[in-house]
Amino acid sequence: MAIDWFPLWLSLRVAAISTAVALVVGLWLAWLLANREFRGKEILDAAVTLPLVLPPTVLGYYLLVLLGRNSPLGKLYEWIFGGPLVFSWQAAVVAALFHSTPLLVKSARAAFESVDRSFERAARNLGASELRLFWRVTLPLARRSILAAGALAFARSLGDFGVTLMIAGNIPGRTQTVAIAIYDAVEAGNGTTARVLVVIVSLIALIILSLANRLTTNPFGPRQTAL
Amino acid sequence: MIQSRIRKLFAAGPESAGFSLDVEFRATKGITVLFGPSGAGKTLTLDSIAGFVRPEEGRILVDDQILFDAASRVCLAPQARHCGYVFQNYALFPHMTLRKNLEFALERSPRLERHRKVNEMLEKFHLADVSGRRPHELSGGQKQRCSIARALIGSPRLLLLDEPARGLDAPLRAELYSVLREVRQDFGIPILLVTHDFEECLELGDEMLVFREGRIVQTGPPRKVFEQPANVDVARLLGLYNLLPAEIRGLDPGRNVSRIRYRDFELTGPYFPGRLIGDQVWLCIRPDLLSATPRDGHTFGNQMPATLLRVVEKPDRLRLEFLGDIAVDVPRSEFEQHRSAKDWMIEFPQSSLRIL
Repeated sequence: MAIDWFPLWLSLRVAAISTAVALVVGLWLAWLLANREFRGKEILDAAVTLPLVLPPTVLGYYLLVLLGRNSPLGKLYEWIFGGPLVFSWQAAVVAALFHSTPLLVKSARAAFESVDRSFERAARNLGASELRLFWRVTLPLARRSILAAGALAFARSLGDFGVTLMIAGNIPGRTQTVAIAIYDAVEAGNGTTARVLVVIVSLIALIILSLANRLTTNPFGPRQTAL
Repeated sequence: MIQSRIRKLFAAGPESAGFSLDVEFRATKGITVLFGPSGAGKTLTLDSIAGFVRPEEGRILVDDQILFDAASRVCLAPQARHCGYVFQNYALFPHMTLRKNLEFALERSPRLERHRKVNEMLEKFHLADVSGRRPHELSGGQKQRCSIARALIGSPRLLLLDEPARGLDAPLRAELYSVLREVRQDFGIPILLVTHDFEECLELGDEMLVFREGRIVQTGPPRKVFEQPANVDVARLLGLYNLLPAEIRGLDPGRNVSRIRYRDFELTGPYFPGRLIGDQVWLCIRPDLLSATPRDGHTFGNQMPATLLRVVEKPDRLRLEFLGDIAVDVPRSEFEQHRSAKDWMIEFPQSSLRIL
């Protein structure tokens, strides 16, 4: 029988969008946590980490309450975009985002903190604004670790199950991501589909992992000239 | 010119003793060396001037601009201070070529001027041939020169160097010193240099500030500090003297002599104004001003018997170390004749005796 490829494409698209958003939001949060002292920093740090340790269904439930059709945020979304957020593919993006951003923040923060402070001092000393310091010094120096973090975030977005199921549901052809499609196929006794999707997802994860590993080794080794 | 008064406190933590920095000094153009052991507050002083750390109290003034004033809550950002800083590890941006490193400091200048200035600096510091390389492709000396060039390219009003000679071998050190002498000549700005190497002070310093435990304990030209350390702590920091606890037994201003007792021996020294008989003092004598001869039964004035412990090779002489922590520098040839002697007489020339 023919395999329905829609879940795979949906998942790739959702993961790509959520990774892009996570890079913007996550890098900002990571930079904040790595470089600034402010009141409530511990609380923010804990809040960012929380989704890593909460059961996905719990996280999904919170999001459902927060973004549901009766919540202020949900109403605002509906008013702007003309349709509800929950049980749409955009909700799957939100789910993937909450699932992957904590990981990205964690690794990006470590990457920022591993940049030698004297480079940042030197840049400030030479008159660079904080923004230029970030774009021209901190980010390029942490670039490889951050790309690795982005790759991991992508892989994690691809694999979300629980949160997606809670807020995007399982609507074939609309919100059914690959992780959910595999579950569905197994439940329905559709072995071939399950096996093919499992192999493909595993391969993608493997490729991303090896890419991430390669990125995190030896950024400015003495022998390396090409960057 | 720079004037600064800096106070910064670090409260004692569970695993660290408290530390307080409390220094006040002024420096004019030329090289002023901040000398002292690690942890004396030298780098902290530099960082306060550059704006990397914020003191609790004080005031920092360069020419007539206030960089920091606790009373009026002025604290300029590092970006606005125009202080060149040469970092201990150079802190050259590893992902940029040498040229880009220099250009980074001139972002606000028009393109042509930037280009001209960078070329001028590359030329001046003999880096033109390697301007396209990244820092890890440069030799130690090139990195060193590049970091100095980068610090100077924005025409700072002050140059700060944090232990620039640390970890350099002798030829590189010599090269660095000649570069710094050139910079002193050509730029005419105050240069503050941190070091814990006294020879570097002598070699480069027009003035030196001796740091100890967060305070400045002596200031003056290095030569002067060397000849007359202000107190026994400074003498210990320099590590160049015999320091012997002694007591003043007699003072005769008329004949310009004094009697000093060290252990069981009475030595004759010059008259020490402002001292009293019975004062406990430190004798501070440079090893090269003492002389030693093997004991042969004769005794003359101002000699003291001593037992030779070991002989230490120095590049241009030998250092004889005697029981009781006395060191005497002698020319090699003089010692060779008496190689086997164990018991010696140490002579203390009257004029060499200083007390602290």
